[in-house]
Amino acid sequence: MARTMAEKVWEEHVVRRADGEPDLLYIDLHLVHEVTSPQAFEGLRLAGRSVRRPDLTIATEDHNVPTQDLLAPIADPVSRKQVETLRKNCSDFGVRLHPMGDIDQGVVHVVGPQLGLTQPGMTVVCGDSHTSTHGAFGALAFGIGTSQVEHVLATQTLTMAPFKTMSVTVDGTLRPGVSAKDIILAVIAKIGTGGGQGYVIEYRGEVIEALSMEARMTVCNMSIEAGARAGMIAPDQTTFDYIEGRPHAPKGADFDAAVEHWKSLRTDEGAVFDAEVVLDADELSPFVTWGTNPGQGVPLDGSVPDPASYEDPSARAAAEKALAYMDLKAGTPMREVRVDTVFLGSCTNGRIEDLRTAAEIIRGRRVAEGVRMLVVPGSMRVKEQANEEGLGRVFEEAGAEWREAGCSMCLGMNPDQLKPGERSASTSNRNFEGRQGRGGRTHLVSPQVAAATAVRGTLSSPADLVAQ
Amino acid sequence: MEKFDVHTGRAVPLRASNVDTDQIIPAVYLKRVSRTGFEDGLFAEWRKSDPDFVLNRPEYQDASVLVAGPDFGTGSSREHAVWALQDHGFRVVLSSRFADIFRGNALKGGLLAVLLPQEVIDRLWEAVEADPATEVTVDLVEREVRSPAANVREPFELDDYTRWRLLEGLDDIALTLRHTDAIGAFESTRKSWLPVTL
Repeated sequence: MARTMAEKVWEEHVVRRADGEPDLLYIDLHLVHEVTSPQAFEGLRLAGRSVRRPDLTIATEDHNVPTQDLLAPIADPVSRKQVETLRKNCSDFGVRLHPMGDIDQGVVHVVGPQLGLTQPGMTVVCGDSHTSTHGAFGALAFGIGTSQVEHVLATQTLTMAPFKTMSVTVDGTLRPGVSAKDIILAVIAKIGTGGGQGYVIEYRGEVIEALSMEARMTVCNMSIEAGARAGMIAPDQTTFDYIEGRPHAPKGADFDAAVEHWKSLRTDEGAVFDAEVVLDADELSPFVTWGTNPGQGVPLDGSVPDPASYEDPSARAAAEKALAYMDLKAGTPMREVRVDTVFLGSCTNGRIEDLRTAAEIIRGRRVAEGVRMLVVPGSMRVKEQANEEGLGRVFEEAGAEWREAGCSMCLGMNPDQLKPGERSASTSNRNFEGRQGRGGRTHLVSPQVAAATAVRGTLSSPADLVAQ
Repeated sequence: MEKFDVHTGRAVPLRASNVDTDQIIPAVYLKRVSRTGFEDGLFAEWRKSDPDFVLNRPEYQDASVLVAGPDFGTGSSREHAVWALQDHGFRVVLSSRFADIFRGNALKGGLLAVLLPQEVIDRLWEAVEADPATEVTVDLVEREVRSPAANVREPFELDDYTRWRLLEGLDDIALTLRHTDAIGAFESTRKSWLPVTL
């Protein structure tokens, strides 16, 4: 029977199948960070258990870490203790850790792919919902809770309830200035924050096939914002070229054998998805959010919607609440929305290509008066590469702050936060109330829009700069 | 894990959709390394900023059933959201749609996340708003939610395996460790070129 890629990867990982029980799946790679792991390691300790496969486990420090003064101790004692706890746990249980100061430290979802640890057909988990990022390689990758982190540490497996499959096909041609971020924001606005609930999404079509690995990761990263636990893209030559030569990639004859296998993972001709969504790329334009969930977005050319225009009373109430929190009036053109802060970074848009794109727009220009721009590379390796390419200097000369790697203002667990009432244009993934700091207001945007917004001080696209 | 069979308690009406886990417990409370004591973080911002927020109202103080709007628990995978609800005293969350990861975390940890039609949620909201003393019974044995005052007697779905595990209060890891031989056998078939981290 013809099968989808997600079904093939699942089948290859079934350790045990029994009537009336969920499948027990093997996990090929477990990524660990400081926030969702301490209680899991403590659980192992209390039960006298060990980590079954430390060689399939890797840890880094990302959520809490400051992005400046790396050599100073972490000022917040609670954050410091959490990072120190991770270091002790990794040392006690034999898990490899990339700590602050290490060239391979950074956001966990940037680190895995850059080391070549994320490969097609693998099962990848992490106590972080944006683990869906790794699906860009054709891996089945999903976020898990701390109980499951402990389960994977102890057994290298997970019991999993079955999922449904959804295809999201993007055909046509992307217009200039329209990016992977705009594709996924448009998908979320179309199917809603619960639209993917219970599904694994496979992104397909000529536009997806033409995307770089970085852009594919941006798309898969935000599958969770559409409610889907995982998003996947079929591995192809772009994928193989990205992996080849990375530290943990197969070498020589092994690489050839791996590629042969990876090619077999593609969804079979005639396989049936449980749901199908189609998007016409020609109709896409730069997208921005106006509300407090990622489904509340409009094209940048649009205006803040009128809650009265929603027929569903629950959506109407949500829109009213969002506009009050965001301090926006219905009908205001999005381009007139003024920001205090621009955040470029995160597991969604903190990779080298994102920095290149933004630097190209900002080169020779200045960040607008009164606007603070934070540029936070996804990993120290990304930072090093960006500096070699002169991108760091471009940001600094424009008046932006060029920081060290981490999750930073995406969720404000470190000192990088919005103050109450401040408004950001952010390349991250969540515009929830208070996400970037208590009382802060977030507009999700692409790196292109972030860079143009930094220059103009109001939500803008690169085309607006040319027109200036 | 505490066993769950039948629970009867008062309910809190949370009339909001898309309640994400950042609202259930803001990130600042995730820095702790302990497993208990997260009740102070539960809906911390809403409790601080809105005196009329349902959890601030005295009539709902002893409730143990949260009647939530659709798309409850979206966003971050933080299991702290489940812990905060449990530490506050909730045993059950009812909603017409849950985010996958939240529901999985809840059912792993013994917080019963029950799917009900929105129309039933609406009736429960009206009943507990009219009379906060209204009791709701969640019966895992019969897989049924009952509240005579709200005129609700509604079956719910939960797979047999999860139901059994919750009824018995079983530790998932101990169950899986019974199959260590199968795990070992699977490992011997894994492709030699798969990456290792050490």
